[in-house]
Amino acid sequence: MESCPSVKNILLLDSEGKRVAVKYYTDDWPTLSAKLAFEKSVFVKTQKATAGAEAEIVMFDGHIVVYKFIQDLHFFVTGGEEENELILASVLQGFTDAVDIILRNNVDKRTALENLDLILLCLDEIVDGGIVLETEGSVIAEKVSAHGIEGATSLAEQTIVQALTTAREHLTKSLLM
Amino acid sequence: MPRSLAGDLTDPEMAQPYMKKDDDDEDVEYSPFYGIEKGAVLQEARAFHDPQLDARKCSQVITKLLYLLNQGETFTKVEATEVFFAVTKLFQSKDAGLRRLVYLMIKELSPSSDEVIIVTSSLMKDMNSKTDMYRANAIRVLCRIIDGTLLTQIERYLKQAIVDKNPVVASAALVSGIHLLQANPEIVKRWSNEVQEAVQSRFALVQFHGLALLHQIRQNDRLAISKMVSGLTRGSVRSPLAQCLLIRYTSQVIRESSMNTQTSDRPFFDYLESCLRHKSEMVILEAARKIAEMDVTSRELAPAITVLQLFLSSSKPVLRFAAVRTLNKVAMTRPLAVTNCNVDLESLMSDQNRSIATLAITTLLKTGNESSVDRLMKQITNFMSDIADEFKIVVVEAIRSLCLKFPLKYRSMMNFLSNSLREEGGFEYKKAIVDSIVTLISEIPDAKEIGLLYLCEFIEDCEFTYLSSQILHLLGNEGPRTSDPSRYIRYIYNRVILENATVRASAVSTLAKFGALVDALKPRIFVLLRRCLFDTDDEVRDRATLYLQTLDGEVAVGSTEKDVKEFLFGSFDVPLANLEASLKTYEPSEEPFDISLVSREVKSQPLQEKKAPGKKPLAGAPAPAPVPAVDAYQKILSSIPEFSGFGRLFKSSEPVELTEAETEYAINVVKHIYSSHVVLQYNCTNTIPEQLLENVTVYVDATDAEEFSEVCSKPLRSLPYDSPGQIFVAFEKPEHVPATGKFSNVLKFVVKEVDTSTGEVDEDGVEDEYQIEDLEIVSADYMLRVAVSNFRNAWENMDPESERVDEYGLGVRESLAEAVSAVISILGMQPCEGTEVVPKNARSHTCLLSGVFIGDAKVLVRLSFGLSGPKEVAMKLAVRSDDPEVSDKIHEIVASG
Repeated sequence: MESCPSVKNILLLDSEGKRVAVKYYTDDWPTLSAKLAFEKSVFVKTQKATAGAEAEIVMFDGHIVVYKFIQDLHFFVTGGEEENELILASVLQGFTDAVDIILRNNVDKRTALENLDLILLCLDEIVDGGIVLETEGSVIAEKVSAHGIEGATSLAEQTIVQALTTAREHLTKSLLM
Repeated sequence: MPRSLAGDLTDPEMAQPYMKKDDDDEDVEYSPFYGIEKGAVLQEARAFHDPQLDARKCSQVITKLLYLLNQGETFTKVEATEVFFAVTKLFQSKDAGLRRLVYLMIKELSPSSDEVIIVTSSLMKDMNSKTDMYRANAIRVLCRIIDGTLLTQIERYLKQAIVDKNPVVASAALVSGIHLLQANPEIVKRWSNEVQEAVQSRFALVQFHGLALLHQIRQNDRLAISKMVSGLTRGSVRSPLAQCLLIRYTSQVIRESSMNTQTSDRPFFDYLESCLRHKSEMVILEAARKIAEMDVTSRELAPAITVLQLFLSSSKPVLRFAAVRTLNKVAMTRPLAVTNCNVDLESLMSDQNRSIATLAITTLLKTGNESSVDRLMKQITNFMSDIADEFKIVVVEAIRSLCLKFPLKYRSMMNFLSNSLREEGGFEYKKAIVDSIVTLISEIPDAKEIGLLYLCEFIEDCEFTYLSSQILHLLGNEGPRTSDPSRYIRYIYNRVILENATVRASAVSTLAKFGALVDALKPRIFVLLRRCLFDTDDEVRDRATLYLQTLDGEVAVGSTEKDVKEFLFGSFDVPLANLEASLKTYEPSEEPFDISLVSREVKSQPLQEKKAPGKKPLAGAPAPAPVPAVDAYQKILSSIPEFSGFGRLFKSSEPVELTEAETEYAINVVKHIYSSHVVLQYNCTNTIPEQLLENVTVYVDATDAEEFSEVCSKPLRSLPYDSPGQIFVAFEKPEHVPATGKFSNVLKFVVKEVDTSTGEVDEDGVEDEYQIEDLEIVSADYMLRVAVSNFRNAWENMDPESERVDEYGLGVRESLAEAVSAVISILGMQPCEGTEVVPKNARSHTCLLSGVFIGDAKVLVRLSFGLSGPKEVAMKLAVRSDDPEVSDKIHEIVASG
């Protein structure tokens, strides 16, 4: 059965492997202890990796995990064994970009915790029940922070349309690379 | 985009992650959630009830609640309800940020259905709000928590939302539709028109979500999917994600159509190929992977391999990984297609990412040719030292299969494996190596002695008891047959001196095997064994004593030397599972446990008593009768005095159905074979509630079975509705002769009416009969499926004089596999070492079978199949058996089958 690309979880851990924010979209890890065990093994398996500007990847126990470290934060996106790695990577890229914008380039654990509400909203906007909602970091960040404009619908709407246009441009550019 | 990321990463702090650690610990003090406590936060949540809401404060409290949930904290039912009601109050606030958190909180709490009603109206209001962000999120929340009945109420709004001009709203509705389809397919299917419109949207993600939903709506309608694909492949899909989806659906259509039509015509293949030139790497990868999975010609495969090869030298690890992973998969079935990439793969062996490096190596090991093996092994040796055990295991396994492919190169590969054994490593890794060496020893005769010596060296310094015992056992089997058995003795005896009790006991057994099989060593082995008599461990002493006594010929276990060897080292042909079952049912009594009564039949599946389907009362129906194990048959039969003189039960067949499913009476038969008798056990079930059957007999006509004569029959007095009963009919036949024949059966009985409401039975019965299907006793019924652990050893131990070889033409067969399974079922023997599986596209195959024939004659069969001509199958059959006559008999069976 051919199915829609699916994300199993997105994890944001600190440099000791502790949770900052996590979101599980499937039942692969039904209990808290199963989740924590998975987080631990992901953390241990990726610990030795050198975090470059490019996302890294590891496969184990039938999962593909793409990941990236920024300062003391470890970003992970997990998918199934058969998943297209580049789709997962684009989700990871969207997440890290959005977090970077939201935290105004101060991507570290402390700032992330201080803005945890925005990080959680961010996770909510990227993937819904495993299905990719949006992969463009700037659009995600826009959606998350577009509040406080009560009733200013037309303005809000315009911003999104604009954002989407820029998003498409970005995408096209990155594809032409 | 990575504009600021690059700056962050060049930050000097990143270079010293360990120095930062201390700072982190202090950071915890400054965490906004330091010392957070559930009870206190729940108290704070009371602020939600304030008439004058402080949006900022409320946001903080919700964030704390979300933080707790995210850390794995759970709320009790009461707490969750309380928080939920408090949160619903927050809909009064107009603060957009707070509203977003409220949405998130409601999703996290996943309220019960009666709670959902409280928020439905608020959410529906937001769904129709002018703010797009509210609309989109309200849809997602509502769809997450509602059930079918509420869904019909909001269906109208959702259909509108799907075609909303705002892409975020449309996507929210479409994605929600995908989730809702699981539980409420009939509702979501009504949205197809709107969804189809969404697929044509100019917004990339709307198109993606629309396509995903449309496919799910139509997933069971192949024609519709095929139409959808043919419409879209002409190029209206813009988003790379949607493009990937379309590729998946296209390949599905191709796969299904090729299954149905059997032609090589693949309608949308051109589209897949064009995707290889797409500008998005995501799409290229998806297309290349799908093409590689397909059954395509080398020419069609080549472009996909070429793009993957380009990816191999990408700067992005994810892309390199994806490419090498796909090539690795291709190499499993079509190594030649990947050889062009070998140079790129070799450079990936030093990749920073060890997953990529490992995949590159295992791919190379599959594509490598004989001449490159030595060079490859050298490179791998350097690589092995710095990867984790799990990767090493993958490499070891790849090397094993490579060695089997190029047996002439065993020297360098054995060398590599033995070097690996000496290095540090955990149990799983060492076990993988030992298993590999053992496989190579058994497959490549030349490698045997060198392999055994490597293993000897390994056990000199082996920390794993399990592996030491396994190797000692192997040494005992293989060592005495080598050119110079004495060289192993030192290694084995060292174990007796140095190791723990388990290993010492194994070593004693191994020594004894050398003593028994190599006469020249016997006196010296005895000296060693006598020393073992003073061991501190019981088991070690006992074994030494037993071996000394029996090998010396002082105890009369058997009269000849051969019997002694058989007694000590013969393979244990009782399946352990059966032995365990028998021991469990054995009740302590005067009578000792008799191992010869344990069934030697290998049961592939536990017997299932088939109960007649249908017409069964649903409520209060008794649980299906317990599965009758082989032992159960033995018990039933021995309890019937008429059969007690038949001796030991040789074999009981699987039940054979004699009636169709859904008939009035369900009957199956089990054939019990004795040396000079056959008992037919008819299991009958009456499936008509209005009937009671009495004096039920089976009239068996054996005129087509000349060698059989009926000796007795045990009818069934009564057969009430739905309670199975057995009828037995016994036949006499010539002793040890595998007589065959056909029996026709008629069920005869007196039927009485039953009033189902009162359960009263009518006094008067009517005689009636019921025709059931014929039954055959075939040669396979006289064959027990008994496995041997090591076929080659067993074969060599059989008398070559008993061997009978002949060749047969099997005529035109559908496939080699079909021919193999046909012969196996005619003989009714146990396939050994997985040889019943025929590799795809094989032109020849060897199948090993073992069994015990009536008269307790062990039989081993070696079948060599070959394809001659298009589908013409030829077979060479070699049989060895305890009794040459049985060997002849096997040929007769095959010749007549």
